[in-house]
Amino acid sequence: MIENRPWLTGFSHLVLILGVLVVALPVWVAIVASTDPANAFGVGHIPLWFGDQAFANWHQVLIGKEGQASQVLRMTLNSLIMALGITFGKIAISLFSAYAIVFFRFPFRGLEFWVIFFTLMLPVEVRIVPTYEVVANLNLLNSYTGLTLPLIASATATFLFRQCFMSIPGELVEAARIDGAGPIRFFFDILLPMSRTNIAALFVILFIYGWNQYLWPLIVTTDDAYYTLVMSVKRMLSVPDGDIEWNKVMVSTLLAMIPPVLVVIGMQKLFVKGLVDAEK
Amino acid sequence: MSVYFPQKLLPYLLLMPQLVVTAIFFLWPAGQAVEQAFYQEDAFGLSRDFVGLDNFTELLTSSEYFASLKTTMVFSFSVAFLGLAVALWLAVMADRVIRGAMVYQTLLIWPYAVAPALAGVLWWILFDPSMGPMALLLESIGIDWNHFVNGDQAMILVVISATWKQISYNFLFFLAGLQAIPRSLIEAAAIDGAGPSKRFWDIVFPLLSPTTFFLLVVNLVYAFFETFGVIDATTQGGPGQSTTTMVYKVFNDGFVGLDLGSSAAQSVVLMVIVGLMTVVQFRYIERKVQY
Repeated sequence: MIENRPWLTGFSHLVLILGVLVVALPVWVAIVASTDPANAFGVGHIPLWFGDQAFANWHQVLIGKEGQASQVLRMTLNSLIMALGITFGKIAISLFSAYAIVFFRFPFRGLEFWVIFFTLMLPVEVRIVPTYEVVANLNLLNSYTGLTLPLIASATATFLFRQCFMSIPGELVEAARIDGAGPIRFFFDILLPMSRTNIAALFVILFIYGWNQYLWPLIVTTDDAYYTLVMSVKRMLSVPDGDIEWNKVMVSTLLAMIPPVLVVIGMQKLFVKGLVDAEK
Repeated sequence: MSVYFPQKLLPYLLLMPQLVVTAIFFLWPAGQAVEQAFYQEDAFGLSRDFVGLDNFTELLTSSEYFASLKTTMVFSFSVAFLGLAVALWLAVMADRVIRGAMVYQTLLIWPYAVAPALAGVLWWILFDPSMGPMALLLESIGIDWNHFVNGDQAMILVVISATWKQISYNFLFFLAGLQAIPRSLIEAAAIDGAGPSKRFWDIVFPLLSPTTFFLLVVNLVYAFFETFGVIDATTQGGPGQSTTTMVYKVFNDGFVGLDLGSSAAQSVVLMVIVGLMTVVQFRYIERKVQY
């Protein structure tokens, strides 16, 4: 504290509390809405306090109503497969390529570096139609491979690991070689344990990235066995305006956002580290 | 690093997965987009004619495309400006309070984890013209809110939804930037009689400029490419074309309008823009803006 200005400190707290409340407002409304009966939503009113249908709404979305089993578990599983597939895929291929670029000398090393760099310039949204065609030609529509594989090339992760590997002293490599460790042994016994925190931090960021994918699953899946949670909310909204079942939409929205939010809050330190590292 | 492993084949094997994925899912489609941009395909995809630069000239002379360019600019700069301003304000306040800064951080960062599409849905229900509490509030003060009809209001809704998610990111970086400013500088200014607001504008804000510039670029890139979900879940580019950004238009013309030639030409234009942005990001962030 530079100087004592109690009113200013009080004001700071006030602003921050207001900020927190405004940020939380939409989620508050969503939680409340998920507990109300469907007929509570209508022209001119929306429930602002909890209703008594929480169990019924959540039950219906999670388990399904009579004669119609719920897809939610299936979709949660799909979201999880997609998020983890993208996360592990990205981490694995980036670790390998960064290892090759930093610890080996070979012809065309610079060129390969630029090819990877090029992926930075081509977000999937930009080349969406031709990428869809390629995936369709490879018969990968409606498959987990089609959901994950096109998204796992990552320049960011490669650069991050490259940065991290370059700070490893050459003596370590020399010592390992004198002790008779080959490149594969070195990778698994020395490099991987040393990069543990970086991998964990990146894991948090990539999990959120993978879980929140929206456009890609929307276009490569037409079979509801492959729908993910995030995109399914859009399908619940694609009905005439008056027919939207807001209470159930809100249950699904909350379900889709809970896992990544828990990851961020639970692993806040790693999350912050991951964000900062990924942008270096 | 000056010590290397001598193997010749192994590095290629290690690079293989990344290169294969990049070649199949990045370079090939990008090449296809460039090729397709020179052809005109009929609606059933049965035949196509080479049309040279027609797709591009059509694009660059179409008022619709310029409207989407303008929409993109208005949208991106609004998101970036609003997000930076709110986050900076909150970060300055959090930097002032000694107790609780971390609690506030936890309470402010979680929206980062919410998918853009879901953020759009959450704000939609708040602003729903017939029953949303915010819409009713606005109505009570005489503003007739209907983002399904009014283009400007639709824009405001997508800007708010997109910004809401990004504030947490900006807040984290601003707070870190503020905490890195040496206390002694601020103390010296305070002894010289500069009040909190003078200290902020004359010392803190200029010292934060690298962070601010970096965040500006990141936010613009975010608004350009990662907000598809917000728009698709809430306004779907409408009403009319009022929230159709360039990225949304590529998707819409390609998948809904089935005008593949034009969509491909738009992809090529966007690739050039991203390329330029990436270069700017790397050039200037390395050099860092500093007073």
